Amino acid sequence: MFLITHKKKLTQSVSMFKVKAPFIVKHAKPGQFVMLRIEQNGERIPLTIAESNHEDETITLIVQSAGATTKRLLELNTGDSIQDLAGPLGKPSKVTGLKRVCVVGGGVGCAIAYPIAKALRQEHTIVHTIIGFRNKELVFLEDEFKAVSNHMYLVTDNGSAGRKGFVTDILKELLLKGETYDEVIAIGPLIMMKMVSEMTKPYHIKTIVSMNPIMVDGTGMCGGCRVSVDHEMKFACVDGPEFDGHLVDFDEAIQRNKMYQEFEHEQYNDACKQK
Amino acid sequence: MLNTSQVKNKMPVQDPIRRISNFNEVALGYTDEQALDEARRCLDCKHKPCVNGCPVGIDIPAFIQKIIDNQIEEAYQIILESSMLSSVCGRVCPQETQCELLCVRANKGEAVAIGNLERYVSDYHFKNIQFDSSKPILNGFKVAVVGSGPAGLSCANDLNKLGYQVDIYEALHEAGGVLTYGIPEFRLPKAIVKREIEQLIAHGVNLITNVIIGKSLSIDDLFDMGYQAIFLGTGAGLPKFLGVPGEMLNGVYSANEYLTRINLMKSYEKQSQTPIQHPKRVAVIGGGNVALDAARSAKRLGVEEVYIVYRRSLKELPARYEEVEHAVDEGIQFKLLANLKEIIGNSEGFVKEIRCVDMILGAPDQSGRAKPIENPQSSFFLEVDQVIMAIGTTPNPLVTQSTEDLETNEKGCIITQDAWGLTTKNMVYAGGDVVTGSATVILAMGAGRQAAQAMHQKITLEKIK
Repeated sequence: MFLITHKKKLTQSVSMFKVKAPFIVKHAKPGQFVMLRIEQNGERIPLTIAESNHEDETITLIVQSAGATTKRLLELNTGDSIQDLAGPLGKPSKVTGLKRVCVVGGGVGCAIAYPIAKALRQEHTIVHTIIGFRNKELVFLEDEFKAVSNHMYLVTDNGSAGRKGFVTDILKELLLKGETYDEVIAIGPLIMMKMVSEMTKPYHIKTIVSMNPIMVDGTGMCGGCRVSVDHEMKFACVDGPEFDGHLVDFDEAIQRNKMYQEFEHEQYNDACKQK
Repeated sequence: MLNTSQVKNKMPVQDPIRRISNFNEVALGYTDEQALDEARRCLDCKHKPCVNGCPVGIDIPAFIQKIIDNQIEEAYQIILESSMLSSVCGRVCPQETQCELLCVRANKGEAVAIGNLERYVSDYHFKNIQFDSSKPILNGFKVAVVGSGPAGLSCANDLNKLGYQVDIYEALHEAGGVLTYGIPEFRLPKAIVKREIEQLIAHGVNLITNVIIGKSLSIDDLFDMGYQAIFLGTGAGLPKFLGVPGEMLNGVYSANEYLTRINLMKSYEKQSQTPIQHPKRVAVIGGGNVALDAARSAKRLGVEEVYIVYRRSLKELPARYEEVEHAVDEGIQFKLLANLKEIIGNSEGFVKEIRCVDMILGAPDQSGRAKPIENPQSSFFLEVDQVIMAIGTTPNPLVTQSTEDLETNEKGCIITQDAWGLTTKNMVYAGGDVVTGSATVILAMGAGRQAAQAMHQKITLEKIK
């Protein structure tokens, strides 16, 4: 069992958890994830490590209510335990040797983008961040991003916080203005990562995206997380989760995420009823 | 008194009509009378040919004689000297190509049903005998075993008996490896696997789940933690795909994923939160035991039409004969001499049908089996809404990729320097599927035991130095 040592609500639907995990902390790096199972009958889901804290041997997870399991997880509090937690899995983000990087985060993807932005900053990289949310109530980590960015841009769909619009609107402006980057790192909904990748392609700016497909084990065993990258089959859990956004088949990935839509809907309703 | 019957006592099984709607074990096990009757078929040969066919060298005639003497626990103890997983091996070992193949009775009639008797003995033990919680006197050394499948468990068992503090590291949340995530409940009840592991823990072996060696901890971390030697029994868990068009469609599973969702995650139970698709028609690609496990699981999930699509003929089918028989009884349809060419999807990206071609058998290939050759004019379509790829697995690279001086061959299998499992890295041993590529439970067990002996010798030698 893995003890939740601290829980903090970030928004209505997003919470931050610190979980005791000595075996994971040791080698965890930005961009890596854990597999988690809340309870005996629970499913195994991947969650990205937002931070690893060596002093108290905890990892930080930022969780948004997205399905039945995350909903159940959000109901847990400080002092509760998680049945199973394993990691760190996946390849770490490459954060060295870059001079200028634009980090783009969308929604809960910001939780994954933040440690990468922070790690880049520690490498003395010039970091521009663009973070986007649906509305003001959903904004989180704004101050944290500010602290690690040379420039930070906040957008919301309805303009209730920061500028009105999408992250791609800002990125477009920056690129048109002649900003140059060694790399753009985009983490968020598939459709956002697709749009960002399409936007940077004509500028030949290497664009890294973080895939979050359906997984069972997270160690390369199931192959459920396969993604087409440059027409080649890759497993997000062991070959990724980060890939070259210009080579990822996003339409296929979007379709693959719908595999269990019906079941997930039922499970989500069950999770709500149990409450 | 010798039983001169030329045929085995038939293993009682659950009725096919009933069993396709449940996941309970198919084979029910011998009654006491059947076991005694079968045991009496054994000639108790002096030269014991059957023992040579057993990868772990169980003294088969000796345990069978104990059944005749109605000393069933003594029979169990004889098996235990060579195999700690008799309840598993009695169920899943391919006896027909091992011990039973060499049985003298097979020269005229059927071999003695050694596997069924082994199972009978182990079932008796588990039903009637309490846990043995005796712990060996520790010798002051500790070893790490990576992976809790058959290779790791056997290695751990032997090292524990020799007085080592043994810690087993398992990446998943449950131990057992392929016994837990791969082989279905109806062929190997999970309660049996659990019981074997609990017995090991009762003897003082530590089981640490949720730790992925190669990710959570490296091999060198383990040495830093004070382990004298390390055994790698990480198996062959990486699924292969064919590379045909349509493998990314929704409804295409690797057999590994399909079986893991069912066996490990229990997605067939109402309370399980792990989803699995419930299609009408499924094609399982491949002809090994894993393919049959997937097909028969699909049947039990209520799939109406289940096809096995296999490139060669029934004769070459690598699955055990018993499994094929059970599958046929359960209504699995065999599309033999057929090769998958393409998976076709509907507008929403879900599987709609597959296209195959007929095959003709040619001269034997490298594997010694007839080489299947395509008849390109023979395209045919099969309407299915799910495809399960059961065409083999390769070793998981997490450990080897993260350990510089651990060499692998072109197939990703760990290279061992001798028959005892020593790898290219000092004090690191390996055995089972990670060395051989996917093979059998019993071979993995044998490899685990041999490595345990080698590790013990090496550590003892170092001590003297």
